[in-house]
Amino acid sequence: MSVLGTRGVLTNMTSQAARKYQTSLTWATVAVFLCLPGVAHSQGRGGAAAPAAAQEIAPIDLTGYWVSIVNEDWRWRMVTPAKGDYASVPINAEAKRIADLWDPAKDEAAGEQCKSYGAPAIMRVPGRLHITWQDPNTLKVETDAGEQIRLLHFGKGTPAGGAATWQGDSVATWERGSGGPVMPVAGNAPRYGDLKVITKHIRPGYLRKNGVPYSANTTLTEYWDLNKERNGEQWIEVTTLVDDPTYLQVEWATSLHFKKEPDGSKWDPTPCSARW
Amino acid sequence: MKKIELGRAGTAILLLTGALISVPASAEVDLAGNWAPRTHQDWEERGPGPEVVDYLGLPLNAEGRAKALAYTASVLSLPERQCLYYAPNYVVLGPQGLKIWAEFDPVTGATIAWKLGAAVDRAGITIWMDGRPHPSPNAPHTLAGFTTGVWEGDMLTTYTTHIKAGYLRRNGAPTSDQATIIEHFMRHGDSITVSAHIEDPIYLSEPDVVSRVWQLDPTANLSPTPAPCTPEVEVPRLEGSAVVPHFLPGKNPFAGELTGLYHIPQEAVMGGAETMYPEYRKKLKASYVAPERCVRYCCGWQGGAESGNNAPGLECVTNGGGGNVRPRN
Repeated sequence: MSVLGTRGVLTNMTSQAARKYQTSLTWATVAVFLCLPGVAHSQGRGGAAAPAAAQEIAPIDLTGYWVSIVNEDWRWRMVTPAKGDYASVPINAEAKRIADLWDPAKDEAAGEQCKSYGAPAIMRVPGRLHITWQDPNTLKVETDAGEQIRLLHFGKGTPAGGAATWQGDSVATWERGSGGPVMPVAGNAPRYGDLKVITKHIRPGYLRKNGVPYSANTTLTEYWDLNKERNGEQWIEVTTLVDDPTYLQVEWATSLHFKKEPDGSKWDPTPCSARW
Repeated sequence: MKKIELGRAGTAILLLTGALISVPASAEVDLAGNWAPRTHQDWEERGPGPEVVDYLGLPLNAEGRAKALAYTASVLSLPERQCLYYAPNYVVLGPQGLKIWAEFDPVTGATIAWKLGAAVDRAGITIWMDGRPHPSPNAPHTLAGFTTGVWEGDMLTTYTTHIKAGYLRRNGAPTSDQATIIEHFMRHGDSITVSAHIEDPIYLSEPDVVSRVWQLDPTANLSPTPAPCTPEVEVPRLEGSAVVPHFLPGKNPFAGELTGLYHIPQEAVMGGAETMYPEYRKKLKASYVAPERCVRYCCGWQGGAESGNNAPGLECVTNGGGGNVRPRN
């Protein structure tokens, strides 16, 4: 029979030698399979492969309390800007028309004080995050500003449909900067990667407190990275890409950063406000 | 017991497997390319420029604030200062794109350095990847500084020392020659986020952290080298006068401008670490009243008179700075 030789050329073997060669390859393949990180421990009952839980393979630990540090776009985040102040946001003419009609009293009367706390805007709202694992495949992100809860679902655990919500439906994956998936790593080997989150089905609201709108067609893509500094501080860097074909001329790309705090002593739940 | 023979091919596969699983879960990501800026945050600061006195959210200490208030942009008219570059942290302060490429060892192929191309007002930056140490503290400081880098998984983390004194903002908020910069380069598909942590024991009480996003754009056609600069006498009365333009303490005429325009309390305008934290909003809430309407840069996203999308009652005036606005007469 002909097989591929060790130098990459076809060679001829006797049947006995070929059987021995095939046995060798079989054992080698089994050994390779068993040696792959994460394979041995991810076998479920009956041999069916159970994917490792997101919490188990997390390349970075995002849990804990984090405070947003506001030194960018300060004038548009720390205070409510004037009506018509939509600098930096690549809105189109229709969005401008709507922003110029902004009336917080009307939002209050309609019970829509949380319009500026939806997923495309909430990470820009000054405040603190409390991040925990709700279950092994769901990362829970709570905000004290506006008392919002984001649920980032890994794997196939996407939520059912229904009415759109302020925080929408989020699908999360661990990924490498090169775009590939994060694979399980054995033992204490270093783990690297970031969190990618895609959120849709979001209730229409405001990108900015002064009525700059986003629509129901909005898709929010986020990348969460963890930075460990020389002074011991840990920071989350969130890159947000807001795609709204209804109100934006181009994708709105910003980045936000949060510094880790030792505990929740500064956690300050505050309800949504349409004016402040 | 039957002896299991793997043979040469099986051995090769096992060796290959061993090699694969012994590789740490880190890998260099290709950062090379032309990256176009996305000036969707701090557009005013990066485009037309910040207000003359605007230290909002900057962790300046008293020394830093005093130095900033003494600054006037007229100082840039001095011939000896016209061609000075900004410090390396200008990567995240300016509006420019990034041209990034690697330099390789011609024999081993190992990456010796990553290079960030220059901008019109920033020197090119070399990020040494070959493990060389930083120079002695007494070594000369330059406008490019000295930068080393390491890969932390898919993230390139750099450390810059030996920079000349510079600015945190283009309105004179200062950095000293003791400042250091840590930067993280995080690529996500066709976008890249750069986060800069600037520490300065002279002018800052806490690190100043700034991050920006760029988009891969093969058509950006960015130059790796700076444009030539030739100083000229711009203000004859300064020629040979030995005068360095400045404001004396308490005499900066623009100190109250931001408060007048946007109703931001003067205390906040002066910056300080406290102004970076969310709880500072409680202080602001008691005194802040939003202006009735937008008074400056109300054209929308890099709008301009030609866009036809001006805010009601305002005329958008393009001045080469991305769109200035004044009330319509």
